[in-house]
Amino acid sequence: MPRKIIKDRAIVDDSYTQVTDVSQMPASGDILVALDLLLENPSVLPAQGGAWDGKIGIKVTGDVEPEALVEYLDKVDLIAIEFPVFRDGRGYSLARILRDRLGFQGELRACGDVLRDQMFYMQRCGFNSFEPRDDRSIEEALNGLSDFTVTYQADAVEKRPIYLRRP
Amino acid sequence: MYAYTEYDQQLLNERVAQYRNQTERFLDGKLSDEEFLALRLQNGLYVQRHAPMLRVAIPYGMLNSTQVRMLAEISRDFDKGYAHFSTRQNIQYNWPALEQVPDILEKLASVQMHAIQTSGNCIRNVTTDQFAGVATDELEDPRPWCEIIRQWSTFHPEFAYLPRKFKIAVNASASDRAAIKFHDIGVEIVQDATGATAFDIWVGGGLGRTPIVAEKVTEALPPKYLLSYLEAILRVYNRYGRRDNKYKARIKILVKALGVEAFREKVEAEWQYMKDSEMDLPEAEIQRMRSFFPLPAYDTLADNPAELVAKRAENPGFDAWIKRNCTAHKQPGYMAVTLSLKATAVAPGDVTTEELYAIADLADRYSFGEIRSTHKQNVVLADVRQDQLFALWSELKPLGFATANIGCLTDVICCPGGDFCSLANAKSIPIAEQIQRQFDDLDYLYDLGEIELNISGCMNACGHHHIGNIGILGVDKKGEEYYQVSLGGCSGRDAKVGKIIGPSFFENDIAGVITKIIDVYVEKRIEGESFLSTYERVGMAPFKERVYAA
Repeated sequence: MPRKIIKDRAIVDDSYTQVTDVSQMPASGDILVALDLLLENPSVLPAQGGAWDGKIGIKVTGDVEPEALVEYLDKVDLIAIEFPVFRDGRGYSLARILRDRLGFQGELRACGDVLRDQMFYMQRCGFNSFEPRDDRSIEEALNGLSDFTVTYQADAVEKRPIYLRRP
Repeated sequence: MYAYTEYDQQLLNERVAQYRNQTERFLDGKLSDEEFLALRLQNGLYVQRHAPMLRVAIPYGMLNSTQVRMLAEISRDFDKGYAHFSTRQNIQYNWPALEQVPDILEKLASVQMHAIQTSGNCIRNVTTDQFAGVATDELEDPRPWCEIIRQWSTFHPEFAYLPRKFKIAVNASASDRAAIKFHDIGVEIVQDATGATAFDIWVGGGLGRTPIVAEKVTEALPPKYLLSYLEAILRVYNRYGRRDNKYKARIKILVKALGVEAFREKVEAEWQYMKDSEMDLPEAEIQRMRSFFPLPAYDTLADNPAELVAKRAENPGFDAWIKRNCTAHKQPGYMAVTLSLKATAVAPGDVTTEELYAIADLADRYSFGEIRSTHKQNVVLADVRQDQLFALWSELKPLGFATANIGCLTDVICCPGGDFCSLANAKSIPIAEQIQRQFDDLDYLYDLGEIELNISGCMNACGHHHIGNIGILGVDKKGEEYYQVSLGGCSGRDAKVGKIIGPSFFENDIAGVITKIIDVYVEKRIEGESFLSTYERVGMAPFKERVYAA
């Protein structure tokens, strides 16, 4: 059974197969490849406009320099940012740089130690999909996206700070 | 002071609901200890030696009397009848039950108060000068800028999981009572070449295990860029600050490791993408924030009214209190009054329920219903008519708030220490009391003049021992409590970290050691010279020699 994820505020099946070993590359379908694996095996990533029938995603950690991702931005459908522990906040800044500065329009996914109580912040930083931790209720996690109806700052979704949108 | 809009109130109400839900999930076993730890800390809830401790935010030290009455009610209903003013202008309860914290937050929210980001690895309560808006030496009122920063930093989505805690202070006065050079970011209000408001931004100061004086990262920043510049600094810190060792995780370590020039380059590279965007502060918003801090409805008065002059002449105790505890005011005929929470045998910064009610009542009758907390753990009534000072003093005396020792050796800054805090190596409150008992002669204290004495129970330095003219640090030596003494620290414009005098001392010897240090000062000082100036002139040697003489 495919894994359930949250995408665009709904619980859906994850269409991606996570590729951790080049020898186990699926023949078709959506694939999610770790950046490290890709750097070691550049040929893993199907050429742009090539024959691959599925979507392509890359998985990175929060400490990656955004410049290292620039060449992939128009080649991939998904960037997944891994949170090794929920307290590691680097992924939030990386997400904002990808959205605000580099203009990445594809799916931006939070994975790893992803918990309900951090997801509202993640959403505001530009994540639109989430792999909540396996041992937690995904339905409950979905509620985390609605903790607040008001915010003060500009963020990746709402460019206007409170002072430009106060009623 | 700032008054909540519907928007602010809604945010706070939603926060209470969120935290109530988090507490319920923790009690139901759906959140691990570790997960809940991060959530409760961002809400100021520590688990302490005896019970949880809840730290309530007092944004830049401003309170109204309604809020103080609510703080009193909470201290009565949820604590053991007292509360504690901290060294960052906040207030702490030492005995709330974890299960009841959501109810406390609901009560706080009803008076526009909260505990948001009073702990945890996030942007903490912004602090400033306790005499903001009334000080004679300030360029402009820093509080509108504090409120702008407060709103920007509250639930900032990108900076809730920083490498470590992050403290911002704002100063607009010549003397820097906010100690901005010992903060992660110090915002100094200046005037640019045309006389318009601008900011010098200092970064990487701090106390703790590695005390460092901040360095200037930019000068004369135009106001519209304040938030984008702060955001750029925070982003660089969030991305590059160390996360492998909590003792090396503060921004000061990053700034030191990179050097301020390289740090500045990174910040400005980031800032290029943020400035000249929707983040720029519009002039209308600045004016709106300023409108929340109008001058109170002052009466037209002259300084030194006859009744004040007469009472001072006939009552030396009152005269001493005016000299020590009252501060000159921008508005003729008014003074700012500091209520001393440093009476001997009372833990510095502690207040009882009844005292909180009394403070609220006094504020209503003498000072436009406003109260400020200070980083030196006292309370200020900022707008008292000079012709009412005697009446106020007469009411403060029986309450124990009229100890005329502000700025003196016994106006000790002191953390809760080993009596309450689970981090502490040693007790600190009994050390403060020992010193206060030793120096109980007010005339002698006045003769000694301004001396800052700060005590921390461990190297986390909540009692700011590094920047005391005399600093005392509790250390643990094979299970015994010892105290290390340092001299020469200073928090003002010429900020300095004190130097350790030598091997540490046993608890019972501290008052004697301080007496010897003071004796050396009295012998060596030149007419009118402060303790700090004498120390800087004669150096450590004579103090060291006396203290360790056989």
